[in-house]
Amino acid sequence: MTPNAQPTAPCTPVSKPRDAADCAVTAMVEPMVRFQGVVKRFGAHTVIDGLDLAIARGEKLALIGPSGSGKTTVLRMLMTLERLDAGVIWVDGEPLTQVQRHGKTVPADSAHLRRVRGKIGMVFQQFNLFPHMTALKNCMEAPITVLGLSRREAEERAVDLLAMVGLADKKHHYPNQLSGGQQQRVAIARALAMRPKVMLFDEVTSALDPELVGEVLNVIRKLGAEHDLTMLMVTHQMGFAKEFADRIALFHGGKIEEDGPPATFFTNPRSERTRQFLRAVLEGT
Amino acid sequence: MGARSIIGMLVGAIGLLAWFSTLERFRAFMPVLLHGAETTLRITAIASVLAFAFAIIAALARLYGLLPIRWLARVYIEMFRGTSLLVQLFWLYFVLPEFGMSLAPFTVAVLALSLNTGAYGAEVVRAAIEAVPSGQWEASTAVNMTRTQALRRIILPQALILMIPPWGNLFIELLKATALVSLITIPDLTFRALELNSITLKTIDIFTLVLLIYLTISLMLTIIMRGLEGAASRGLARGRVH
Amino acid sequence: MLWEWSYALEVLPPLLRAAAITVEATLLSFAIAASLGLALAVLRMLGPMFAWPLSIFIEFVRSTPLLIQMFFLYFVLPQFGVTLDGLTVGVLTIGVHYATFCAEVYRTGLENIPRGQWEAAVALNLGVFTTFKDVILPQAIPPVVPALGNYLIGIFKATPLLSVVAVLELMGTAKILGSESYRYVEPITLVGLFFLIMSLVSATAIRAVERMLNRRTVG
Repeated sequence: MTPNAQPTAPCTPVSKPRDAADCAVTAMVEPMVRFQGVVKRFGAHTVIDGLDLAIARGEKLALIGPSGSGKTTVLRMLMTLERLDAGVIWVDGEPLTQVQRHGKTVPADSAHLRRVRGKIGMVFQQFNLFPHMTALKNCMEAPITVLGLSRREAEERAVDLLAMVGLADKKHHYPNQLSGGQQQRVAIARALAMRPKVMLFDEVTSALDPELVGEVLNVIRKLGAEHDLTMLMVTHQMGFAKEFADRIALFHGGKIEEDGPPATFFTNPRSERTRQFLRAVLEGT
Repeated sequence: MGARSIIGMLVGAIGLLAWFSTLERFRAFMPVLLHGAETTLRITAIASVLAFAFAIIAALARLYGLLPIRWLARVYIEMFRGTSLLVQLFWLYFVLPEFGMSLAPFTVAVLALSLNTGAYGAEVVRAAIEAVPSGQWEASTAVNMTRTQALRRIILPQALILMIPPWGNLFIELLKATALVSLITIPDLTFRALELNSITLKTIDIFTLVLLIYLTISLMLTIIMRGLEGAASRGLARGRVH
Repeated sequence: MLWEWSYALEVLPPLLRAAAITVEATLLSFAIAASLGLALAVLRMLGPMFAWPLSIFIEFVRSTPLLIQMFFLYFVLPQFGVTLDGLTVGVLTIGVHYATFCAEVYRTGLENIPRGQWEAAVALNLGVFTTFKDVILPQAIPPVVPALGNYLIGIFKATPLLSVVAVLELMGTAKILGSESYRYVEPITLVGLFFLIMSLVSATAIRAVERMLNRRTVG
């Protein structure tokens, strides 16, 4: 079951102080998420081209790159929203979409998918809140129906999380009564209510008006400081990525062009493409 | 359903009919039923043409007529949409003679079907005319056309294309509704089926054939209307390019 | 005088009693159409295994006359040992016939749900049943209520067909009254008026519901 290859980038504490022992332990155990030779095609177009990538427990990885480079697809495959055409994604030591049966690897059934999926939470660019439920109900729905929590437990958990994202007073509001930034914070609370080990953030500030970006990023900062979540985020906010992430990975043509800790990635990129991309992005802002 | 599935289903229906007509147990029924189907088709065709005419007249009267005419059109549309076709059919068949107007059953059948479908069609026509962008009227005025010219040469041709799909549905509803005329003794497909059924009591055989025949005609109608729709939109696209 | 008020008043009570049957048949048929239609629409989304046969069934039912379908069931079911009275057979046939139309209505509603709602449901690990029950259907159904309402009126106007399977609803009763007295003017005209009034009232009600729904989505 355990993948035999070693994770490529184990633990690179940069922005956040983490002691060395902690780091060493993390490096020895298997990574939280590992992509192994993953291929994804849409028709004749190969979006992900043999991706190998390991994300350590508690690591915060920012995926950047030009649009169409496949970075969002990485998150969507991990959330099982896209099927893989080849390769394996390992989550917490077990394959996401395959199971071993009688020594053979077969596509996973829905029971397996649901179990592995329980370790992952996702926040979408377009929030995707349920418009017919209040903020509170949005956060209670899955804990009740999936985790089997009682209404009281689910409500307690939801109220705590809404307070954590600063929306305790908005719990009875419907999504269309909230600003984009508030909706996105509810969406984060909703994902956290499932107690995932891995959180995926898919361009969570791209649909927001500029003045609302900060409140959402603050929530993510807080999350990073208070919890030991593994986080993958696709983002165009270079400043935030630099300050928040442990590692930056630049996607190009369905592959990782370059990855490394923010300190070296931004100041001393190895690849010419990275340099070009960074120049273009930084000029634009 | 997609065009390909419709064609597939039509081929299947015709294939089944062809196969059945070679079998001994169905052979005697086929000529009688096909004879009835001919009547069904004739009534459908005549009523379709009349319904389309009624619909255009009623819609134009409702949109552009003088006030009393506008009201008359509304009364016609609401009355025939608001009551049941069978009630209309029986009213024309049983009540009209008491006013001294005895019409042949065939005339009553065609009249009821076309007036009924025409009333629904009038709303389709009106919606299609109203769906033509108002800029088309404005452009027509800008090139100094009269309202009538604009309507005839600019608005209606565009509206006609928009109304093809809903008319396709109406024609199929009309075809299905023709089954009702059997109740006023018109020897259509349904009438023949009921007749054969009461004589032979071979209900499953007869009604299977009848359902297949109706299905075949319906699917053909669908394919014709889809073809018309395709041709019209291609024609419009070509017109736009040149 | 063609119209006799005394006769009209005489036939009114039996016609009103028959109208109760018409309304009953309408509501029962609509209950079948609305629920079966929903089942068809949802099943159709659960993969090609259901989608294919259901599409053929729906197309078949929509393409053939209700009258024939009703006769067919009325005559054929007894051959399989299922003896149902005319009202049951009639209501069943009308219900199934209009279910295929309602299925298309629901389908429009379901197709209008943004993909993100489905994806959010997956991300929250909701099961298929919960996703439909709590997330998708509460959003998909309200906008199509007016369209379903139009089929309610359609079903109402189809109920005179029940007279052919010996149900004494409005039309059947009017015909019997007419044939007893050789006067069709009053009974059939009254039936027509009844349908007209009910249709106009229901159409107004549906428009009110539509306005209410529009307000709710804007607010």
